[in-house]
Amino acid sequence: MSDNANSIRELAVQGLWRNNPGLVQLLGLCPLLAVTGTITNALGLGMATLLVLLGSNVVVSLVRTVVPSEIRIPVFVLIIASFVTVVQLLMNAYTFGLYQSLGIFIPLIVTNCAIIGRAEAFASKNAVLPSAIDALMMGLGFMLVLVALGAMREILGQGTLFDGADLLLGDWAAVLRIELFALDTQFLLAMLPPGAFIGMGLLIALKNLIDARLQQRQTEAAGITRARVTGTAQ
Amino acid sequence: MILPISKNAMLLAAVALVCVAILGFINQLTQPKIAEQKLANKLAILNDVLPQNSATESLLADCILVTSEQLLGRPTPQAIYRLRDGDKISAFVVETTAPDGYSGNIDLMVAVTPAGTVLGSRVLNHQETPGLGDKIERRRSAWIDSFQAKQVSPDNQAAWAVRKDGGQFDQFTGATITPRAVVTAVYNAGLLILQQPGLANRPANCGASQ
Repeated sequence: MSDNANSIRELAVQGLWRNNPGLVQLLGLCPLLAVTGTITNALGLGMATLLVLLGSNVVVSLVRTVVPSEIRIPVFVLIIASFVTVVQLLMNAYTFGLYQSLGIFIPLIVTNCAIIGRAEAFASKNAVLPSAIDALMMGLGFMLVLVALGAMREILGQGTLFDGADLLLGDWAAVLRIELFALDTQFLLAMLPPGAFIGMGLLIALKNLIDARLQQRQTEAAGITRARVTGTAQ
Repeated sequence: MILPISKNAMLLAAVALVCVAILGFINQLTQPKIAEQKLANKLAILNDVLPQNSATESLLADCILVTSEQLLGRPTPQAIYRLRDGDKISAFVVETTAPDGYSGNIDLMVAVTPAGTVLGSRVLNHQETPGLGDKIERRRSAWIDSFQAKQVSPDNQAAWAVRKDGGQFDQFTGATITPRAVVTAVYNAGLLILQQPGLANRPANCGASQ
């Protein structure tokens, strides 16, 4: 790979937008759809995934020359599983409430294909620094999608933002909770799994819309130059 | 052919060993903190159902395991904590399960006096519908407090029901099955205490599960 492809800018564009694990690769949908009931849960799982991704990408990149390609997959799986278990133990010890509300989805980070996907597709072929940046950007991209979806569902479903943030960040964070409007009855569709699918669909549609606009603008710019050459009006 | 295979096997084993070593180390490091958190969590729940912050670590130790699928809703043993006031027992805290929730089991903690008066109750665990059935959680609604000071006796079972069924407890709009299950479970927990006065004298035997 050329230096150009590994520049921070390129990696950021890939991870956050063009190749976003949530919106484009559609990896890790199971936790993405299941935990995004509130921003707090989304942020918690997003950070946990980011940490695991960063750790596994760095270690995989470090051992990439030592591990023969025949056994690389089991080695990657071991590394990822170890990182997930470490994160799980740490969350159990230091963010107990959040650990309980995220439940099974912490150990399930192991099965998030985005992580082994990055290990195999990027970290096993690149040096440590680009791998770490790639992990950071991919993890951030995933976390942003989680948070966007979590905010959408929490506002629609409960009329709040950052409900239960103290579980994640400590007692001081209880002040972060914003009550946008009081709901007598919650908007169930947003809270339940169908709301997650619909919200996800809307986010993907929005991204595609923006992409289409950008492309249209580009072709328009190109179209104007061509118009001058062929000598049509204007 | 043998050589690369055994080399790979050794390498895999080495990686596994390193991973296990790291995990063992982190486990050792976090274990006391996790145990502390679990204990604090359990004490906090016990304090919620008992009056005047009476739960202490000695309450956790004074605990017996009881199996009663009919009244406690589970085929496996569940813990009953005994709060003592001098020699006498002032309250039992029963871990119980409503097996007939709208989606699966609802785990509850119910504090009852030996005479069958409910002191308080909390939901520990449930999978009821968010927005409808989850009003049984204390942080969503005060409904679960409506059991406080209610008397359980073998002949007032009819009153231990939701209003729709002619009882004294509110149901929720759009969710009757959930409160119905919880009401029955709380009643049964009280009934168990009334039916088995011998519970007070059994030696504590929860040690293994703590």
